[in-house]
Amino acid sequence: MVMAAPISTDSVRARLATVHDPEIPTVSIVDLGLVHDIRVEDGRIAVELLPTFVACPALEVIRATISDALAVLGPPVDVSFTFAVPWTTDRLTETGRAGLRRAGIAPPAEPADVRCPFCGSATVAMDSVFGPALCRSLFYCRDCRQPFEAFKPI
Amino acid sequence: MTTEYEAIAMDFEGAGDGRERALAVLLLSMADDEFVIGFSDSEWTGIGPILEEDVAISSLAQDELGHAQALYTRLTEVVDDGRAADAWAYDRPPEGYTHARLLDHPRGDWAATIVRRYLYDTADAARLEALAGSSDRALAELVAKIRREERYHLLHVETWIERLADAGGESRDRLLAAVNAMGPDAGTVLAPLAGERALVRHRIVGEPFAAMEARWRDTVATTFRRLGLPELPPTSSPGRSRTDHSDAFRALHAEFTMVRGSELGATW
Repeated sequence: MVMAAPISTDSVRARLATVHDPEIPTVSIVDLGLVHDIRVEDGRIAVELLPTFVACPALEVIRATISDALAVLGPPVDVSFTFAVPWTTDRLTETGRAGLRRAGIAPPAEPADVRCPFCGSATVAMDSVFGPALCRSLFYCRDCRQPFEAFKPI
Repeated sequence: MTTEYEAIAMDFEGAGDGRERALAVLLLSMADDEFVIGFSDSEWTGIGPILEEDVAISSLAQDELGHAQALYTRLTEVVDDGRAADAWAYDRPPEGYTHARLLDHPRGDWAATIVRRYLYDTADAARLEALAGSSDRALAELVAKIRREERYHLLHVETWIERLADAGGESRDRLLAAVNAMGPDAGTVLAPLAGERALVRHRIVGEPFAAMEARWRDTVATTFRRLGLPELPPTSSPGRSRTDHSDAFRALHAEFTMVRGSELGATW
């Protein structure tokens, strides 16, 4: 009888790195800092995530995408959300910040430190703290004359 | 004689001892507050005074509904009677809701919405501060997360109340009318809950509601003095702060239960 190799948390994490925020296709949920805990025990895979905002409407989509991404590993998957530690923008990795810029979203910074994701200019103005998603504010670049979004520091 | 509100509090059959019943009353009051102000403010979506504010108030409303969902979910763990979070949110008659009377006012004009948000958000901030070290760990963790979001809410509403007060003319007149209409109900958010003694004894809240209210009144008084606004009056009928809901709330209730009522058990 051939036993399947045990599944490591690293292999789960590698699969999770292929799951992207549904609204930000250039950033994986790992680089976004959403993954709080991965456990492989009793023939099941448990993934705990930290919501960026309590009301984030993308959570159920992310849950379903994770289940699909981990299905190839075999064991049943439990995805849950926790507030055990608050998600903060410090959890974004450098890769995640670069991914945000590629999507036209300035990485989180104090308003004075926000740079245009398109041309890098510092001559930008905040139009509105609140933007098209809970996690983002609206800015305008006076140099390349593009409106853009910036991730809210939280 | 028990008040209607105490009768609701007694109704938590799924919650065992005094600690859990008191926690359930607290969670339900907070969840109902967030749900009602969230739903009420969401009525601005599409008709906000300017586009940026339409987006802002919609985000604020969405945040509050998310907080309500998280609080109702915690409630379902404490009151283990088979009811899901959505059942708590949508399946009660209007008189079963325990939100503060401040939130019974209709959204009104923009000034009324701003005044209500200001009074509620500052009172809620005092309440969240008292819950930061709660012995209910799940609640303390949720509160830590919520407070990070509420910083943006306070920043937004403080900017607006200053803008309306400093503008003079019609802006200031409307602001004053809203303060006068809602002032006597402002303190209802922090009126003592049934089971307050158990909440304090079990360290679910860090201080009695009277202490939260005193801190909150200081905050509001400082801002109002600076803006030349009248002092807030004492709370009217504090013992019935979360009962006797208004016709405006019954109309809102009819609105937010309409879809769920049209197809029982439907999911999105």
